Amino acid sequence: MNYTVRKFDAVIVGAGGAGLRAAIQLSEAGLKTAVITKVFPTRSHTVAAQGGVAASLGNSEEDHWHWHMYDTVKGSDWLGDQDAIEYMCRKANEVVIELEHYGMPFDRLDNGRIYQRPFGGHMSNFGEKPVRRSCAAADRTGHAMLHAMYQRNVKVNTQFFVEWQALDLVRDADGDVLGVTAMEMETGEIVVFEAKATIFASGGAGRIYYSSTNAFINTGDGLGMAARAGIPLEDMEFWQFHPTGVAGAGVLITEGVRGEGGILRNSAGERFMERYAPNAKDLASRDVVSRAMTTEINEGRGCGPNKDFVLLDITHLPPETIMKRLPGIHEIALQFAGVDCLKESIPVVPTAHYQMGGIPTNFLGQVVVPKNGNHAEPVPGFYAAGECACASVHGANRLGTNSLLDLLVFGKSAGETAVADLKRSAAAHKPLPKEAIDRTLARLDRLNRQTEGSNVDETRLAMQRNMQKNCGVFRFKDLLKQGVERILEIEERVAHTEIRDKSRVFNTARIEALELDNQIEVAKATMISAAARLESRGAHVRDDAPDTPERPNGRDDANWLKHTLWFREGNRLDYKPVHMKPLTVDTIELKKRAY
Amino acid sequence: MMDDARRARQGRLRWHCRRALLELDIVFQRFWERQEARQAEGLHDGLDEETEAALERLLELQDHDLWEMVSGRTTTNDPQLEGLIENLRRQ
Ligand SMILES: Cc1cc2nc3c(=O)[nH]c(=O)nc-3n(C[C@H](O)[C@H](O)[C@H](O)COP(=O)(O)OP(=O)(O)OC[C@H]3O[C@@H](n4cnc5c(N)ncnc54)[C@H](O)[C@@H]3O)c2cc1C
Repeated sequence: MNYTVRKFDAVIVGAGGAGLRAAIQLSEAGLKTAVITKVFPTRSHTVAAQGGVAASLGNSEEDHWHWHMYDTVKGSDWLGDQDAIEYMCRKANEVVIELEHYGMPFDRLDNGRIYQRPFGGHMSNFGEKPVRRSCAAADRTGHAMLHAMYQRNVKVNTQFFVEWQALDLVRDADGDVLGVTAMEMETGEIVVFEAKATIFASGGAGRIYYSSTNAFINTGDGLGMAARAGIPLEDMEFWQFHPTGVAGAGVLITEGVRGEGGILRNSAGERFMERYAPNAKDLASRDVVSRAMTTEINEGRGCGPNKDFVLLDITHLPPETIMKRLPGIHEIALQFAGVDCLKESIPVVPTAHYQMGGIPTNFLGQVVVPKNGNHAEPVPGFYAAGECACASVHGANRLGTNSLLDLLVFGKSAGETAVADLKRSAAAHKPLPKEAIDRTLARLDRLNRQTEGSNVDETRLAMQRNMQKNCGVFRFKDLLKQGVERILEIEERVAHTEIRDKSRVFNTARIEALELDNQIEVAKATMISAAARLESRGAHVRDDAPDTPERPNGRDDANWLKHTLWFREGNRLDYKPVHMKPLTVDTIELKKRAY
Repeated sequence: MMDDARRARQGRLRWHCRRALLELDIVFQRFWERQEARQAEGLHDGLDEETEAALERLLELQDHDLWEMVSGRTTTNDPQLEGLIENLRRQ
């Protein structure tokens, strides 16, 4: 198979929030920068974000980055690296104001300043009371953000390669990263994008789960590419679930529905949250509600023929309230659950929403791996930011509105670091090893020749069901063990996928088969890391690590205050310490996470 | 049988149905499943040119605008798009 080589100073995989922010930094510095993306930039999944972006601007009431830092450390259940968290919270105002200068139409106060609203987990004065910290642009924050940054990139001459699928990372014998291989969908042409700096900003992998709020495009390609090239994945056992995704579809039903009086019921019609959270009931925090729902289903009180969902009931609310206060919900229930929610309850299940783990980085955006006794040695030429990366600021659990902030701060820092590294390094590109392209060519060749192989859709579905059943919101030793065995079987099937259509041009079957190669890596990392972590922390909650006086919430700091690293080769696990020391302030000491 | 040019055009259309919002992904997935089912029954040989052209135009819209249209919160006075939206709304 033929391929061509194109040379750039920097290549970025992904044109969502993180990729676009990094690209601005590089192009503004005058570097020749390519951005590769599977879809048009403003169709990246960042568009789905509505809630807003966190920054302690203090426009409506007093606020401070140190309070934001405290909330983020606590939210992370102390697994977040405190240096990275301090860095992010201190930089928040700067990146949000920059975005304003790029033309982001933030909602405003009468005095012209950015309007801010409260959001779960964000508090003033070290956890005292809720604070207004989220900056939004109506209910289209992510969309407005991408538009503003895309325009800025066009101005500074970033070169976009739209509808290109990056396939593999190119590394040489020293382990340095020299670029990526990619396929143009329009022609099927294979190109090596050679670069002195390669930045991954390829987003999350929510589609490894059967029920996910993520769009179909979120297949974790960057994580798969990194894993195949020998880079470990960090803290992949930590996934945030949203309690109310429409059963079977995953489409998110906002918390506002329970806020307006929606009630969760089991097969007996019982309002079961009264048993789990007598005070807050249906309004308890996301993880409490998700676990209660899972317990009801696991104990046989789920609804439907397979007893695999619970019901969200709003039939007692006046129809005017539903139509006025919850616009869109009626249509979502109708389209995706086939029910008229004015008369019938909506089937819902806890749904995978956000991946806290990813490609290990430091707060400078450099990808870091254990080497020569150092647990975080930068990989020359390789950077990552956004949901595909693990800086780690979200630790075991992310706070809402902190991920859009993560994109801006670490997109920028990855770009800045790459610019600085390029200034220091040699002017020429390192020689491209021929073997570097072989992996991609072999993968494509295998797919083209496969006969009597496995069906892509069926194999993907088997993986998704395995993840949902055995590594969901609430985790059990036996199920995790089964899940590990099963995922290794499914891996075998992924290695033998077959496509009938072998055409070169816009062959969606081929694209999806190549995506599945990435998804399976993320699924293995998640399942194997989860089975090994014998405590409960943040979003990883095990039945056999319950809340006890010695181990509040089941968290075991003596043994498990550490980051997981999963290596593809041999499914090996390693661990590295959490950075408890911030950059300038005192450590936020370990405490029980309670709200 | 479809020639290469048409197959490429439909492949491109299919890919353009990958959207930023899950709601739209699912709506388009069902749309294509219905097309395939009809094709399998021999009822037609892929999308007709008019539907293709309408779909191309529809897919140019921004995701939030498109979802508002599909979910009936906004309307269009373009008769061709109207027909397609009707089709997409079928569950
Ligand atoms: C429904 C929903 C609502 C949310 N709301 C909020 C919110 O209010 N506030 C908040 O802070 N967070 C929110 N989040 C989380 C947040 O939106 C995401 O974490 C964030 O947008 C991810 O951005 P990203 O730049 O890392 O990746 P994305 O925006 O997902 O972009 C990934 C990019 O990578 C490209 N790509 C991927 N693979 C390849 C490949 N192989 N080749 C070429 N290109 C590739 C894609 O084309 C795309 O351009 C929400 C998430 C969901 C699902």
